[in-house]
Amino acid sequence: MNPVPPATDPRLLLLNPADNCLVACRALPAGERLLIDGRAVTLPRPVAMAHKLARRPLAVGDKVLRYGAVIGSVQRPIAIGEHIHTDNLKSDYLPTYTLQDGAKYVFTQHD
Amino acid sequence: MSSPSMIDAPLSGWPRSDGRKGIRNVVAVAYLVECAHFVAHEVTLAFRGQPVHLVGFPGCYPNAYADKVMRRLLTHPNVGAVLLVSLGCESFDKRGLEAEVAASGRPVHTLTIQERGGTRKTLNEGIEWVRWALAELDGQARVPMRWDELVVATVCGGSDGTSGITANPAVGRAFDTLIGRGAACIFEETGELVGCEFHMQRRAATPELGDEIVRSVAKAARYYETLGHGSFAPGNADGGLTTQEEKSLGAYAKSGDSPIAGLIKPGDIPPTGGLYLLDVVPDGEVRFGFPNISDNAEIVELIACGAHLTLFTTGRGSVVGSALAPVVKVCANPETYERLAEDMDVNAGRILHGAATLDEVGAEIVSLVHDVAHGRETASEALGHREFILTYKAFEPIGPSCLPIQPVALPGAAR
Repeated sequence: MNPVPPATDPRLLLLNPADNCLVACRALPAGERLLIDGRAVTLPRPVAMAHKLARRPLAVGDKVLRYGAVIGSVQRPIAIGEHIHTDNLKSDYLPTYTLQDGAKYVFTQHD
Repeated sequence: MSSPSMIDAPLSGWPRSDGRKGIRNVVAVAYLVECAHFVAHEVTLAFRGQPVHLVGFPGCYPNAYADKVMRRLLTHPNVGAVLLVSLGCESFDKRGLEAEVAASGRPVHTLTIQERGGTRKTLNEGIEWVRWALAELDGQARVPMRWDELVVATVCGGSDGTSGITANPAVGRAFDTLIGRGAACIFEETGELVGCEFHMQRRAATPELGDEIVRSVAKAARYYETLGHGSFAPGNADGGLTTQEEKSLGAYAKSGDSPIAGLIKPGDIPPTGGLYLLDVVPDGEVRFGFPNISDNAEIVELIACGAHLTLFTTGRGSVVGSALAPVVKVCANPETYERLAEDMDVNAGRILHGAATLDEVGAEIVSLVHDVAHGRETASEALGHREFILTYKAFEPIGPSCLPIQPVALPGAAR
């Protein structure tokens, strides 16, 4: 693991210097103000522990990097500090399934 | 590989005729078809709290994979004696299995329910035989065991976003240390390593092995695509993982940084120390459904490869153990650890709070492996967990380029 840059909130983990996402070390509520690479950011959405948020603004088609490796493609524009998850990131390999409303499997592929 | 001399604290184990040593000495009671499951289970219930473990295969139709896995399990170094429970009309090759166990020098006995006269008579005879077998095992003594005689496996289950940043890389550090001491370490699930194939190719001992690894992951991706479903479960997304390849990279961290010495399939025993990848995805067209329907199916395959114990990393919190070989639970998520502390052996989640480093947790895991090999109960053992599952699969044998490193003959070397 690499040291967190001093200008980034210590509750956020940068796994690889090449990454464009950060991992939350604990749950962060919407409206929380924190520093990302020296920029003051207000979280637009809550981010649960171990979930990802954008280190910088991401455009449709951008690859999200974690551990310095690609984990999928951006499906909708993502603001800095915004939660990155199944509604805005798609696998380049296999579709992702989630339980929606605790009911049944829902196909969440975006195309 | 490393020198056969001990680097630090020695281990001890029960010696077996094939030269391997066991860190447990259990009586395995095996049903050879679901129709004999109940009776076999009832036999084990008479020995609650004692080392009498239930395993078996439910199918009535023959299957080469299940046959091989059962043979490997019942001659596993942790097994001291074997009771086979057959209905009588199933197609499992019970005589072949019995002969293989007998040839290994272990006490073995087969009870066929249709011949013995039904449930009660079989049950009574089974209990009597197990009682005798336990007394036999009681008189056996441990002998010194080297680290390079140890096989350690790793598996993950109930992964979340913390798995890949705490428990998995900590197990990777432990693997590097164990491999440095000469142990064989096995990681697995090519279907959960989709997206990591070229990272692994670069770590392979030979270019040919690297190509085999890439092919095995391509096979897994194809297999899961046909099923229309990856290994990705709803709980993974709740825990912060978004895509299969993201989960894969986190899972991949369990393998550490050692070179990959070989690619094996269920029931293949690593010929040397070093890091091995277990390919658990069946060969050929999709048959019999999902490659492994739950975590314990993978643990059983790792045990069939000779693993003495399994390091199980979990973020969401799995409580399982296993029949035959101890499971060490490494909890990735500090909140999960708080809730399920009694089920966990290691709190790797404290890395997230800055309370420990990856190296410290890795060293703690190595020390625990040593203690568990010496007989210390894991959390799941203490709670009585002995999960087991074995279902239908089909494999082709591995090719020659999968095991480029052959054992060096050392005086007294077992492997």
